[in-house]
Amino acid sequence: MRKATLKVFRGDKNGGDYTKYEVPVEEGMVVLDAIHYIQAKDAPDLAVRWNCKAAKCGSCSAEVNGKPSLMCKTRMDRFEDGEEIQVQPVKTFPIIKDLVTDVSWNYEVNKKIKGFSPPQDDNEWIIYQEDIDRVQEFRKCIECFLCQDVCHVLRDHDRKDAFMGPRFLVRTAGLEMHPKDTANRMKYLKDEGHIGFCNITKCCSEVCPEDIHITDNAIIPLKERVVDEFYDPVAKIFKSIFGGKK
Amino acid sequence: MTTSPTVENAAHSGRTARTDNWWASPLMVALGFLAFIIYATYRAFENNYYEVNQYLSPFYSPKLIFDWWHFSPALLILWVPAGFRATCYYYRKAYYRAYFLTPPACGVVGTQGSSYCGETKFPWVLQNLHRYFFYAAAIVLLILWYDAIISFKTPDGHFSVSLLSLVMVLNCVLLSGYTFGCHAYRHLCGGALNCFSSNEQAKTRFKVWQFVTRLNEHHMGWAWASLFSVGFTDFFVSQVARGNMGPIPFF
Repeated sequence: MRKATLKVFRGDKNGGDYTKYEVPVEEGMVVLDAIHYIQAKDAPDLAVRWNCKAAKCGSCSAEVNGKPSLMCKTRMDRFEDGEEIQVQPVKTFPIIKDLVTDVSWNYEVNKKIKGFSPPQDDNEWIIYQEDIDRVQEFRKCIECFLCQDVCHVLRDHDRKDAFMGPRFLVRTAGLEMHPKDTANRMKYLKDEGHIGFCNITKCCSEVCPEDIHITDNAIIPLKERVVDEFYDPVAKIFKSIFGGKK
Repeated sequence: MTTSPTVENAAHSGRTARTDNWWASPLMVALGFLAFIIYATYRAFENNYYEVNQYLSPFYSPKLIFDWWHFSPALLILWVPAGFRATCYYYRKAYYRAYFLTPPACGVVGTQGSSYCGETKFPWVLQNLHRYFFYAAAIVLLILWYDAIISFKTPDGHFSVSLLSLVMVLNCVLLSGYTFGCHAYRHLCGGALNCFSSNEQAKTRFKVWQFVTRLNEHHMGWAWASLFSVGFTDFFVSQVARGNMGPIPFF
């Protein structure tokens, strides 16, 4: 049976190192299976967060050979024979132990976004499919936070003090484009979420395991809405004549 | 926002742990843009060999000749397509990665530091003017279509089909796919709406938005194809104008 070598980070915030493990590779195996094998045979104290093993819970985010990925969605047969597979915790969030990081910062950011605000009337809602398709794409998000991890604004420039990150731009887009939402989050996006920090280099879209077109369908349309409101005098005049939210 | 510092830790050191050729794509983009910029700059300042018979180079169209302007007429017009492409969302991704290394590739450290402020300050905040460049680029595109259509009519009034005319038409097709697949136009034509079914106008805009979305999904392809075609069309016109070759008429 073919064997793979996994180089797994073992440690915590005080330091650590990589430990190599040999794992037999079976058909259909994913990296998370290999980590479970290591837990079962070699290192029962190896910390890893996981839940569904079906790419739907977003728990097993890690970096496999430097690429932010879900371990349960990374097949072992994509690696060459003899290739060493490095498994790291995500870089952007503080490490707790081994492959587990503290992603609670994301939940704090989420609380600051104004929630769904439907009109205050008792009329029956009739929503057509074409009006909700755009928003449904954003609802696919499983909150794996791989987009937050790979975003260089958070990862390399450490601007968690200012930038909300792609995950929450997706959530805001889902609210803003909802046909029954009445709130306006543009000032928040510009001045507190700092959407302008995003330079649309599209890494968030590249790593999304749900294939959400984060940049093209969420961030850029939001940037254009911010332009409508704050940078485009012609659009502003139009808006003052024909009304605000459409 | 609250803070949660990214700590340089033992798990992540060095530029990247990626083992693939992550540098190949930004390198190709950097070289591709550089080649085009050098060629376009040379041709813009050359101020010669841009028109022959019914054929006009896209670098010099519309031909703006004024007594008070003593430089190449291309300089009066090239700021429009240059500004449109420089502020385009695809090109921004490409040159931020290839030239500014913010980041060079996903999961690869380029520039670092908390002084980063993205597109919130001058000059990058001017990227928000993209839609104004779109308006200007759409007008220039209309003129290029006019040039392509009249290129089928020889100076003595006969209808003629040449390879150069077909190249000019193809160039306009590619430029149209790029210009009207633009993210700013996608927003303006319908993306700004929250409800596509509320009235007849919204329904029409939805149909336009759907078409533009299909173009937009391949915006990168349109961007590169049209960049190449506009350079090639100019090159073809210049070679005919220099007398190195003919427009290759079919009839």
